[in-house]
Amino acid sequence: MDSLVTFCLRMGDTTLILGQQTAAWCGHAPVLEEDIAFANMGLDLIGQTQLWYEIAAEAEGRGRTPDDLAFFRTERQFLNAQLVERPNTDFAHALMRQYLFDAWHLPMQEALCESGHEAIRDLARKSVKEVRYHINRSRDLIVRLGDGSDESRAKMQAALDALWPYAADLMATDAVEETLAAQGVLPDLARVRRAFEAETAATMARATLDIPANGHARTGGRTGIHTETMGYILAEMQQVPRSYPDARW
Amino acid sequence: MYAQLVETGAAETSEKDREFQEKIDRGVRIEANDWMPEGYRKTLIRQISQHAHSEIVGQLPEGNWITRAPSLQRKAILLAKVQDEAGHGLYLYCAAETLGISRDEMTAQLLSGKAKYSSIFNYPTLTWADIGAVGWLVDGAAIMNQVPLQRCSYGPYSRAMIRVCKEESFHQRQGFDIMRQLCQGTDDQKAMAQDALNRWWWPSLMMFGPSDKDSVHSEQSMKWGIKQNTNDELRQKFVDQTVPQAEWLGLTVPDPDLAWNEAKGGYDFGEPDWSEFYEVLKGNGPCNRDRLAARNKAWDDGAWYRDGLIAHAEKQQTIAAE
Repeated sequence: MDSLVTFCLRMGDTTLILGQQTAAWCGHAPVLEEDIAFANMGLDLIGQTQLWYEIAAEAEGRGRTPDDLAFFRTERQFLNAQLVERPNTDFAHALMRQYLFDAWHLPMQEALCESGHEAIRDLARKSVKEVRYHINRSRDLIVRLGDGSDESRAKMQAALDALWPYAADLMATDAVEETLAAQGVLPDLARVRRAFEAETAATMARATLDIPANGHARTGGRTGIHTETMGYILAEMQQVPRSYPDARW
Repeated sequence: MYAQLVETGAAETSEKDREFQEKIDRGVRIEANDWMPEGYRKTLIRQISQHAHSEIVGQLPEGNWITRAPSLQRKAILLAKVQDEAGHGLYLYCAAETLGISRDEMTAQLLSGKAKYSSIFNYPTLTWADIGAVGWLVDGAAIMNQVPLQRCSYGPYSRAMIRVCKEESFHQRQGFDIMRQLCQGTDDQKAMAQDALNRWWWPSLMMFGPSDKDSVHSEQSMKWGIKQNTNDELRQKFVDQTVPQAEWLGLTVPDPDLAWNEAKGGYDFGEPDWSEFYEVLKGNGPCNRDRLAARNKAWDDGAWYRDGLIAHAEKQQTIAAE
């Protein structure tokens, strides 16, 4: 597959699956303000997905639509980072997953604002405002709940322990990113990694949470290797269009 | 309708009550700090909090389909809609708080089952077409009731309703648009749309509450300018508006008694099954238990989150004081 198409799917699949997971909290969050916030973030992420898929579909030139990409691909064809498919175990996991994603997403989008690819640059300039808002919110909650009660600290630490290994998958790169960097489409991704490390180290210190030190890292999502939760997410998301493949909605 | 069978209590007739009634009759808005009869305050608290609870519980049947919406655009629209509902809940709780009750108290009343919410949300959303039918019929019925509430005598409620109504009319259109797409689609899609109409039609008519002759609290609410139209007036208006839309869609309204009455310039229609209505109201509808259980679970599971934020705020206060 063309590097540009692959990269756009890696981005769009990540925002779609996180949007799907985030949206599932609607009506079930701990306070009404969080119901609203999670719906709002889900909405931003689905909107960003549509933009990534439009670029991917056009670059691919096979006549597929964004909906075809979302609803008619299988687990092994999805290229999202494994982090975002991790389950909604509890609200601490949902918040931590969001924060780790945001801590990568913001420097990534900021860097893409300077991309040599016009459509990607436009997408990033639009999305970066949303992403900045997302991290302001998620960082604030990580700090307040980490440095909160004993129970909230324990829950946030458990979520960090469970999810930290998957953060590596956000930053996993291969020849796809190298090719695009050489073409000026992508920035120097080492810069994004450094920003992620600085952001998370500072925030976890304020939150009195400990980043796991064992170096354990899970990767594979970028090449379509997922965790066992992924198939269920797709089964739920794709059920209606796949049951009526000739229908338009 | 999002608030139904709201008790008004007995009306007093002191001098102050008479002055209050004159104010209402002159069309003067009542504001939070104005004197008001206890019955008026309590009636409004019941009505506004029921309305707020309906928005909150209403997230559940619609939220049930967010993860399964069949296109990215439909998913985004549905998310935006459910987000609006939660936002309406927030304004309405704030409006009720101006009457001297806290959101926590209202939440406790909802979770214990003491407070009511609209019975319509005790019906299940079983297919994607139900999301269309809920928007088209349920939000359509809600608008019928809420448009006059923009002129409600209580200022904070009437102002909240102005904002709510703008968004509800978008919701109703999105529901109708889902139905339109289904009805112009494959045979399976049309059948799905008809099935949804069959199941949602009668519960939607019940949203307006019992017939005027059985509606015990309506008269006082109308006198106080809280309610502007009778249940039967609004139900008639809803049927007259909705039947031509169903015809345009090519769907059949599931009422053998439905017929145009030239003399009254409106439709004659059948009587909903009121025994079902009262059963749902008593807690015996298809989803009453599931809805309350879901809200209780969200609240209980979230206790650590709320306590954690309070603990953090207290730590910050201690630091600031030192």
